Amino acid sequence: MPAGLPIEIRSLSKSFGAVTAVSQLSFTVRPGQVTGFLGPNGSGKTTTLRTLVGLVRADSGTATIGGAAYRDLERPLHTVGTSLEAASFHPGRTARDHLAIYAVASAIDRSRVSAVLDQVGLSEYGDRRVGGYSLGMRQRLGLAFALLGDPGVLVLDEPVNGLDPEGIRWIRGLLRSLAAEGRTVLVSSHLLSEVQQSVDEVVIIARGRLLYEGTLDTLEAGTRVAVDSPDRTALAAAITSAGASVQTSDDGLLVSGLTATEIGAIALDASVPLCRLDPQHDGLEDVFLDLVAGGEGT
Amino acid sequence: MTLMNAVRAETMKLVTVRLWWILLLVLVGYIAFTAGLLAGLFGALGEQLAATPGSAQLPASSLPPIVYSTASSIGYVFPVLLGALATTSEFRNQTLTPTFLATPRRGAVLAAKLLVLAVAGAGYGVAALVASIGVGAPILAATGNPTALDSQETWLLAARVVLAMALWAVIGVGLGVLVPNQVAVIVIVLAFTQFVEPILRFGAAIWDWTARIGQFLPGAASDALVGSSVFTGLATGPAVVESLDWWQGGLVLFGIAILAAVIGSATSWKRDVT
Repeated sequence: MPAGLPIEIRSLSKSFGAVTAVSQLSFTVRPGQVTGFLGPNGSGKTTTLRTLVGLVRADSGTATIGGAAYRDLERPLHTVGTSLEAASFHPGRTARDHLAIYAVASAIDRSRVSAVLDQVGLSEYGDRRVGGYSLGMRQRLGLAFALLGDPGVLVLDEPVNGLDPEGIRWIRGLLRSLAAEGRTVLVSSHLLSEVQQSVDEVVIIARGRLLYEGTLDTLEAGTRVAVDSPDRTALAAAITSAGASVQTSDDGLLVSGLTATEIGAIALDASVPLCRLDPQHDGLEDVFLDLVAGGEGT
Repeated sequence: MTLMNAVRAETMKLVTVRLWWILLLVLVGYIAFTAGLLAGLFGALGEQLAATPGSAQLPASSLPPIVYSTASSIGYVFPVLLGALATTSEFRNQTLTPTFLATPRRGAVLAAKLLVLAVAGAGYGVAALVASIGVGAPILAATGNPTALDSQETWLLAARVVLAMALWAVIGVGLGVLVPNQVAVIVIVLAFTQFVEPILRFGAAIWDWTARIGQFLPGAASDALVGSSVFTGLATGPAVVESLDWWQGGLVLFGIAILAAVIGSATSWKRDVT
């Protein structure tokens, strides 16, 4: 397996006619973890990813993989596996032939075709024409194409789209295991909740500009955690003295400015027993939406 | 290395979908029918004309090349369609995305496509000749005409038919890159080859100066390359139909193909794939 290489986007700008798709965008994606690339529809995610793999020419700035532009890679499919949102198949061709063509084009051993079909759970349907595939099966075939060269870097645009709940669980596990092997995994989505459980870091953009880059935990610091204790007053005092703000609600306290882990530690230090410690994940989605709304406003 | 892999991949693209053999079947059927019809019609007509003193004579020796060359003079639209559809389907089905991901050097992809389609066009030429000679020769023989199968000229003509068909497929690829819209390219190919060019060629034969321009029309150039055609062989316009030498005809076809490919590669092929 080739090494996981960092993806570096530097001051990237791209306009289509009068429409600015990406504007002065910079971020870094590190190997060995899953990075979510988030933003509402039309925020420039797909343009950024297509620029990264050389399908779209940037107006200015650079997008590199391990320091090299995609078109300069010695063996592109061995280095970067890409699955883009648009279905890119000839409906009259079988999945096996589809994969074999690009394996041949990039000198990948033909045995990889069966291997990746197996890996995405399509081996049974490999000899069927793609025109008869469901959206979920096309999504899996796109993923099979990305995995074809056993690459160290994976760039996946909306891979969860069209998958059933079982498929979503499967892809989450797959992304985690690919990252655990040391690969670089960049996954785009327009829904935070879709990738929340499987990403280590997120890059959030809106209107082609960077809004946030970092861990979910840090992002979550802006969200609220619902806590409760038999001794509510003591808990509120301990949290307030730690510099966070506390609101009283019907069934306990709502804390802003601290993560659940930090609150737990504070309670332990103050010897206050907890009977509830519940990060409001809906709150995280709210933070995302607020952030995006702010970004859209500028 | 990249080019070799791209050539192999483009070959697989062509043979893994149904288009090539559907077009091939129609081509063979169409040419067999036309060649058979011409051979039967003029084979019988020749006898009648010969029996009528003072009427225009169709020398029996000009019949075999007219019948055999239907392979390209009638069949050339098929390699054009193959080349054009193979190219436009990449745009239509967005297979340019995986193609350029696997081979970021886009020029290599286009070069491979031109090469592979040239070979496929030559194959179409061979198949069309099998149809035109296979059906035409026995009918010519049956109507008491020479078949010219023992003549070196006949086989040189066959070789030039194969070359013309290869060039037509290359023109198809160039056209597909130039006009990536599949429906538009089908309309253009059919309207031009079946309607516009025949009229232009007919009209060009009226005056000498137009005839000199008309000989550069792609269909006329193709017939010049092959050296015989049902159009030139039977034309009886007031002006003599001008015709290029065979190698000039070949160069005109090659020039058209390369021009279309070069313009296309600098425009639609270079464009952002979104």
